[in-house]
Amino acid sequence: MSDRGTLRIQQISAHPGPVAGEGAQRQDKVCKLIDTTTCIGCKACEVACVEWNDMPFQTTYFDNTYQTMPDTDWNYWNLIKFNEDEHDNGSFAWLMRKHQCMHCEDPGCLRACPADGAIVQYSNGIVDFQQENCIGCQFCVSGCPFNIPKFNPNTKKVYKCTLCSDRVGAGLEPACIKACPTGCLHFGTKDDMKFLAENRASQLREVSGFQNAGVYDPDTIGGTHVIYVLHDATKPERYGNLPAKPRIPLSFTVWKDIFKPIGLFGAMLGFVGVVMHYVFEGPRREQPTPPVVRIDPPPPPAGKEN
Amino acid sequence: MDVSRRAFFKTGIAGAVGITVFGFDARPLLAQAGSLKISRSTETRSTCPYCAVSCGVIIHTIGDKAKNVTPQVIHVEGDPDHPINRGTLCPKGSSLQQDIQNERRILKPQVRRPGSDHWDDISWDQAIDEIARWTKKTRDATFIETDAKGQTVNRLESIAFTGGCTDTNEFNYLVVKTMRSMGVVRLENQARV
Amino acid sequence: MTNGWIDIKNTDMMLIMGGNPAENHPCGFKWPVEAKRNRNAKMIVVDPRFTRTAAVADLFCQIRAGADIAFLGGMINYALENNRIAKDYLVNYTNAAFIIKEGFKLPEDGLFSGFDAATKIYDKSSWNYQEGGNETGKAVLAAPTEGHEAKAALMPVSTAAKGAASTPPPPPSLPPNIAYDLSLQHPRCVYQLLKQQYSRYTPEMVERITGIPKDQFLKAADLFTSVRKNGDMKKVATIIYAVGWTQHSFGTQIIRTAAMLQLLMGNVGRAGGGVNALRGHSNIQGATDMAGIFDILPGYLKVPNPTDKDLKTYLDRITPKPAKPNEWESFNYWSNTPKFMVSFLKAMYGNAATKDNDFAFQYLPKVDRNYSWVNIWNDMYEGTVKGMFAFGMNGVMIGPDSQKNIDALKKADFLVVCEIYPDETSAFWQAPGITPDDLKQINTTVYRLPGAGFAEKDGTFVNSARWLQWKNAALPPPGDCRLDQDILAQIFLKIRELYQKEGGKFPDPILKASWAYTLPAHPSLSEIAKEINGKALADISDEKTAISLKAGQQLPGFAMLHDDGTTSSGNWLYCGSWTEAGPMMQRRGTEDPSGLGIYPNWGWSWPANRRVLYNRASCDLAGKPWDPTRSQVWWNETAQKWVGNDVPDFKPDSKPEEHMGPFIMNPEGVGRIFVPLGAMADGPFPEFYEPIESPIENPLHPSQSTNPVVKKYKTKMDKYGTPKEGYNIVCTTYRLTEHYHYWTKNNPMNVELVPEPFVEIPAELADQMGIRGGEKVKVTSARSDYIAKAMVTKRIKPMMVDGKKLYQIGMPIHWGFLGISEGEGRTAKMPANLLTPTVVDPNAYTPEFKGFLVKLEKV
Repeated sequence: MSDRGTLRIQQISAHPGPVAGEGAQRQDKVCKLIDTTTCIGCKACEVACVEWNDMPFQTTYFDNTYQTMPDTDWNYWNLIKFNEDEHDNGSFAWLMRKHQCMHCEDPGCLRACPADGAIVQYSNGIVDFQQENCIGCQFCVSGCPFNIPKFNPNTKKVYKCTLCSDRVGAGLEPACIKACPTGCLHFGTKDDMKFLAENRASQLREVSGFQNAGVYDPDTIGGTHVIYVLHDATKPERYGNLPAKPRIPLSFTVWKDIFKPIGLFGAMLGFVGVVMHYVFEGPRREQPTPPVVRIDPPPPPAGKEN
Repeated sequence: MDVSRRAFFKTGIAGAVGITVFGFDARPLLAQAGSLKISRSTETRSTCPYCAVSCGVIIHTIGDKAKNVTPQVIHVEGDPDHPINRGTLCPKGSSLQQDIQNERRILKPQVRRPGSDHWDDISWDQAIDEIARWTKKTRDATFIETDAKGQTVNRLESIAFTGGCTDTNEFNYLVVKTMRSMGVVRLENQARV
Repeated sequence: MTNGWIDIKNTDMMLIMGGNPAENHPCGFKWPVEAKRNRNAKMIVVDPRFTRTAAVADLFCQIRAGADIAFLGGMINYALENNRIAKDYLVNYTNAAFIIKEGFKLPEDGLFSGFDAATKIYDKSSWNYQEGGNETGKAVLAAPTEGHEAKAALMPVSTAAKGAASTPPPPPSLPPNIAYDLSLQHPRCVYQLLKQQYSRYTPEMVERITGIPKDQFLKAADLFTSVRKNGDMKKVATIIYAVGWTQHSFGTQIIRTAAMLQLLMGNVGRAGGGVNALRGHSNIQGATDMAGIFDILPGYLKVPNPTDKDLKTYLDRITPKPAKPNEWESFNYWSNTPKFMVSFLKAMYGNAATKDNDFAFQYLPKVDRNYSWVNIWNDMYEGTVKGMFAFGMNGVMIGPDSQKNIDALKKADFLVVCEIYPDETSAFWQAPGITPDDLKQINTTVYRLPGAGFAEKDGTFVNSARWLQWKNAALPPPGDCRLDQDILAQIFLKIRELYQKEGGKFPDPILKASWAYTLPAHPSLSEIAKEINGKALADISDEKTAISLKAGQQLPGFAMLHDDGTTSSGNWLYCGSWTEAGPMMQRRGTEDPSGLGIYPNWGWSWPANRRVLYNRASCDLAGKPWDPTRSQVWWNETAQKWVGNDVPDFKPDSKPEEHMGPFIMNPEGVGRIFVPLGAMADGPFPEFYEPIESPIENPLHPSQSTNPVVKKYKTKMDKYGTPKEGYNIVCTTYRLTEHYHYWTKNNPMNVELVPEPFVEIPAELADQMGIRGGEKVKVTSARSDYIAKAMVTKRIKPMMVDGKKLYQIGMPIHWGFLGISEGEGRTAKMPANLLTPTVVDPNAYTPEFKGFLVKLEKV
């Protein structure tokens, strides 16, 4: 029996029938809090991730930065983004942000995934890839507003941060959380982390002079199970292109919200399209590009988009 | 990097793509996950050898200390009981597993002879014999019992001992005992620099 | 550290300078962050670069490397000018009120009184207190008199130095009854001299020297000293530093300046305060305690010198006598020196150390010159050092001047290296540039012995907070590797065997060193740890504490040590670490009843398990804590003793009205704002001097630009650059958090994090020179050159120093010619220390790795 046995499933990608165990047990939502204002960019989280997950090393090259590599990779799920942030008024900040899967409440990857069971969302909010079921189509790559899932050309599977579901399932905190020397990473229930984050943000506003300090928990994707405290929440882009309003591409929203409710038939039609695409186009080997024609989302409506 | 030296997949990578696509596979999804790799490991509490914060670390070794097993370190994690690091580790501490299990370790004594361009293997016994012989020869030739003013100095200026930063107190005490007894005055350590 | 890692959480204000703890001590850095988070503490970072620490600071000042004394001196001036001082603390717990002898002169021209230009040594006899008692209020009446002290100061200054050749005059000593003025008005009291000394360190002068704009400096000074606004004593500030301060030709004096500022503000001895050295390696605190360096014996006992003709002469010389105002008390803890020393000799030589032979005192070598790190290499280069043991010490990489060290090793007869990875020192003969013909000329025999890694050994490390902690071995050493202690024991026993069989020069100490380990060739570290703690050699008892011990029992603490040979202890400072109750350093108690982060039952802290040094100073004169919310110790009137959450660093039954000084290791009992006599080689007050290689002349006194007592080395390798020769960029060296010195270049994960060496270059300078990030640049010092890729950054700004535009660059030190990335041809295979100069601090003999001059070129 797996150590992840304590985790219950909430959603399964492209799953036609009922989800076994769904709603059968209560489970608190978990959350990783990242306080960028106390991050020192030490990369302990990067190492803890690679070590815990026994990921193979890769060769890196100096690129005029302290950042380990330009972006996360299939064997590097967790990356501190370093930004030298200089303003016209002479103020200077060295911003460091831990970049990894945000474990969205409404996961674009899962919505986009056509393979039954390749992506699951546990009731505690963790979004986990099940490589055994992955068909390597990389729809998830296009579905992700944060550019997280990464394709391994050797195994033809896609990988990303699991929020250490093996550890969490066994009652341990994720490896990165445990390692973090300054405590800029914190783990607990989503409610508790929101509370901590808001408190810290108000301290930054009131005591440290960061008037725009705030919490990043974007509601455009139903909130995330990884949230940030930012010195300037009005400009998340300063932190290495953190999108202010992340969105799942419309094509996948449509898929999920319109076709899927029609039932299996619609789903199968969709899959046929996918399989045809796979057959004719083959899996992507290089830099993944959107496998479907992306329909630019319309300008966001004034209210919330659910 | 050498991909093959680590098993990235704890479970097989062969998936029945065609079947799952159509959603009729009834395999229990929960069973796909890897099991906790440290669930049966032996834990040893130690101290990180890098900086002077002295983080407590737990070294996870495979094997249950049975006689026929040479332990292998599979993971190193922070000791949550340690009052200073409270389970945390920096990027160096987090990679300690590789410091212990490292293919670049020196595994046998070697000697480089005068004028030589390579290392030769040498047995421990011979190495220790030769080192003792060098030391005695040098000491006997250069030991200073009294200085120019006739004052007793009993010192040896021609041999230096330089100690490293992870030498334990007990080792350092042995250094003081052995080296000062030989008259060594050039006794230095990373502590200086 | 006077305090400890966790204690930093108790602070209200942090000055982090000469250190980059976020980079080098990330897990310790959580406590400064906790202070910010939980107490709204402020963090000021002063560094030549905008560092990882600066990234989370409240205020950052970019300083010119090596200008620290000017900055801190300016802080002292600011605190004095703005009444940001702790008056009661200052008067009663420091020597501020003590009167200095006539004839002492401040260094307006760069020199204190007593300098001998020929020997470059100070005669320190005028750096002393005046004898005389209470002078309070008499200052206005007393006209400066030509006393005998003044005449003494006018005597030929080189007497002390030359005197060694003939009959030495009695060494100057502190007067037993020190003159003082509690009103601090006497023109020669320490307080007035301090004021005079640092009045020259105006904000304008600070700007000229450090390159920090005046308004920014004032902001930092105001913020830091704000904890003592109007003399209120509640708040506490800490100062945190590392080798960014020590690695200068005036390093010890930088730390002195910080200590003086902290004494002035009443921050020493208090939770959340202190002067905190963050040591860079796992056990260099232990190595210092255990005297892994030439100038001390275990427990900071001074090494004997040739004039110590016997034990008594030696003990008389090094045991301080009380020197204080008559009306005050002084514990003078070092008066116990004879007990420490005799117990040490008993541990070393066992039964061979008897009263009749002065406890084998003559077995110890006598030291009267500098045998420190840099001199070892210098003297090996000059041919007098023939053999070297290097146990885990990679001297070629460490430098300074790696090429000089490589060339020195070529001249040695033998080198014994014990390491776990192939290191550049054992492979010095494989360094880049050595040809096959050169190789034939290198006659050094090199033994490379495979030692054991940390996880394969047990034993004790001492952390920066003075905690002794035992670690357990997790697995046996691999292959044919041996435990380091076994290797050393086996070499020593073989040498002993040779002396036994063949005789030789002075064999006695070798033959008679005590070696009572169960397995002589495999000495157990537990047995050694017990020997270090020490035991009773006869039945002894102490009336006061009613403790009695049988012969053979472990000692409970250093109060039980005797000077008659009835106790042994390898290091008095660790006495109490392994008692009859067991190994104290193995304790794992996680309780912290006070919430101050004391953890009294975790491991064991020297001395006597106290966690904050000088903690008596955390209370006012009456023995009540300055801040009751951070109560460390206090006077209990009912019990008539000092009690508390920490172990009082004080005589337990000394009533407050006795006015015993809290700084019990000084014979005066008080903190030294002025350091009398010979404790410092280069002045009783710190004075700003330029680094040996400096871009400008010292604005304070151009005629004495650098530290007057620092000597340059003279081999043909020792070259020093000047701006005139085109060396006009200030360069500094440092570590990265991703790497650890020269080990982790063997570690694929760390190499992945930062794969290659680089040079950090200010964006403006790079623009001017057409250098883009990632392009190769050559950095040249007077010693050598170094090629690596450019990291063009906005984190180092150009600065205006003494009216001149100045650029600073920096480089990490982690790469050499052996390692993973080096093997792949991606790097220049060069140690950064090829560039650094051979010159040392005159007090601590630490090389000046920070702030030397270079040229920069695009390759």
